Amino acid sequence: MSIDFLISALVTIIGVSTPILLAATGELVVEKSGVLNLGVEGMMLIGAIAGFAVTNATFNPWAGLICAAAAGVLAASMFGVLVLTLGSNQVATGLALSIFGIGLSSLIGQAYEGTMNPPFGSIFPYELAHHPYGKVLFGHSPLVYFAFVMVFATSWFLNRTRAGLVLRAVGENDLSAHSIGYSVVGVRFAAIAFGGALAGLAGAYFSMVITPIWAQQLTAGRGWIALALVVFAGWRASRLIFGAYLFGFLMTLELYAKASGYHVMPSQFWASMPYLMAVVVLAVISARDRGGSYAPACLGRPFVPNG
Amino acid sequence: MRLRFEKRVAPSQFMQVATPVASVLLTMVIGAILFEALGYDGPRAVKEIFLTPIIESYKWQDVATRAAPLILIGLGLSVGNRAKVWNIGAEGQYIIGALSGAGVAYGTQSAQGLWIIPLMILAGIVGGMAWAAIPALLKVRFQVNEILSSLMLTYVALQVLSYLITGPWKDPNGHNFPQTAPFTDAQLMPHTLFGTFIPPGLVVAFGLALVFWLVIAKTTFGYQIRVVGAAPQAARYGGFDAAQTVFLAMLIGGGTAGLAGIIEASSQSGQINLGFPSGYGFTAIIVSFLGRLHPVGVVIAGLLMAVSYVGGQVAQSAVHVPNATAGIFQATMLFLLLASDKLVRYRLRLVRAPAKPITAGASA
Repeated sequence: MSIDFLISALVTIIGVSTPILLAATGELVVEKSGVLNLGVEGMMLIGAIAGFAVTNATFNPWAGLICAAAAGVLAASMFGVLVLTLGSNQVATGLALSIFGIGLSSLIGQAYEGTMNPPFGSIFPYELAHHPYGKVLFGHSPLVYFAFVMVFATSWFLNRTRAGLVLRAVGENDLSAHSIGYSVVGVRFAAIAFGGALAGLAGAYFSMVITPIWAQQLTAGRGWIALALVVFAGWRASRLIFGAYLFGFLMTLELYAKASGYHVMPSQFWASMPYLMAVVVLAVISARDRGGSYAPACLGRPFVPNG
Repeated sequence: MRLRFEKRVAPSQFMQVATPVASVLLTMVIGAILFEALGYDGPRAVKEIFLTPIIESYKWQDVATRAAPLILIGLGLSVGNRAKVWNIGAEGQYIIGALSGAGVAYGTQSAQGLWIIPLMILAGIVGGMAWAAIPALLKVRFQVNEILSSLMLTYVALQVLSYLITGPWKDPNGHNFPQTAPFTDAQLMPHTLFGTFIPPGLVVAFGLALVFWLVIAKTTFGYQIRVVGAAPQAARYGGFDAAQTVFLAMLIGGGTAGLAGIIEASSQSGQINLGFPSGYGFTAIIVSFLGRLHPVGVVIAGLLMAVSYVGGQVAQSAVHVPNATAGIFQATMLFLLLASDKLVRYRLRLVRAPAKPITAGASA
């Protein structure tokens, strides 16, 4: 196995891992606040089309990114109003958001099918970004580095800051947090909006970095992998990176297994691994820790302050 | 003066029925505006999606065919949802059910007899139940969140399907297409019954709706399901085993999804291919909610969703919107219903605002 092959595989893994890492970081914060948003896939697609359309109109990828995040926030806010203000069922609302996002991105995206944007690659000097070895470090779009920064920032925020503590408290025991005087709805809304922004950016990664040509439903179900990743990481931000790269490795393995025709196990085996591992981890942490200090205690439950 | 929500003493019966109807009507208005804003012929798109499948009799078979699995799965999910068990992996159970039945078909390719189809149906139900039993067991034994586990297993099921139809069960005469061998005549149910437009699945769905209605309304088990969902504490006092109820509720959902899967495979697709998983398992969750978890409501909601699917295809050719836009309508309907749900439990009242001191603290 040549070094060139290893490097190209590594670059592929980074590309595959980044969007699920971004989306999972956002979803982790949402779930830590006690809300389960199953609309990740929908928010990603809405972000994807927003980023693509704005880049296409302005020729400015940064404007595209900002609008992708904003579109994600907008979609998430819709979810937030329903779930928090109107107390609707989180599972049903999240699923509806996913179906809505798939439909909306297809409807708006129809006009862009086959349209190409300038690729949004590395911002480092050409010599570094295309150096045979240097490209592992410098050859990526800014979103790759941003994803790393966000994981560490999120981990720090949740575990080292007072606001992070409040957010976790809201997720663990909303009634207590409420009685001390924290705004459960406010904290959760902020978390949901943050999750939407990162999901929007994750979607933009597909439409602006992975492929510069618009294709319908180009996220191909990766939003659900992001949900699996949060579970796999046991709701710990620091483990998201490990999980994202493990999942990315498995997905790359699947691609290579399919392409080469040489395989120890069928490619479907590798493709189903992220989900299987998430279920196993879920079972293990639930069994080891009944009641669970891992999963936020209020996850998925509506907040009803007075009866 | 301001509007305020006041909790009702009992959920409003009128609102239970009025809100789904209002949601559907409002969806049409919002849809028309959205399509108009995006440069399509809005009113025409709404007409094609919601009216054409109902007016044009040649579309009825399409509607009935799509309604059958939605109603079947929706019925089973409603039982779980009543017990507050959130099985969102029905799509996976639908797939595994169809595959189990296809497994029987694979093993009986040269056989004849009237026993084959019942055996396939049985295998389908058992397969769906078995796939649902995994999250059910994990839930009961280890308190594993069934929402997450059942969802994850759906994606595993998709890979199982892909593996089987590209590997061991691949049709040797299929020109290398990823699909199983076509079912033989002994393995096929008719597309429609007795020359009408009604597919066998719809008859089963209507029959099952009646059974579920009787079970939920008249039997102890139905009562148990309702009590465990509404008041787990009271259920324990009443001597109901919550774990057993949760387990059964999940299995019923899996069983109906598996049944829907094998009926679809045997009466419609006639084989399993990559296009077989069509998202019915997810849409059925909407059906279950839109139908207010009531068998009669589920039947109506299933038919309505089927109309929007078929209408989506009509609109695709008539107004040139992509097929997936039916999803916008389905989701909007559910959004509006969920939003209006508050009106069932609360009443909206115009009150004279009392002089309230503005405080810096957070108010709920």
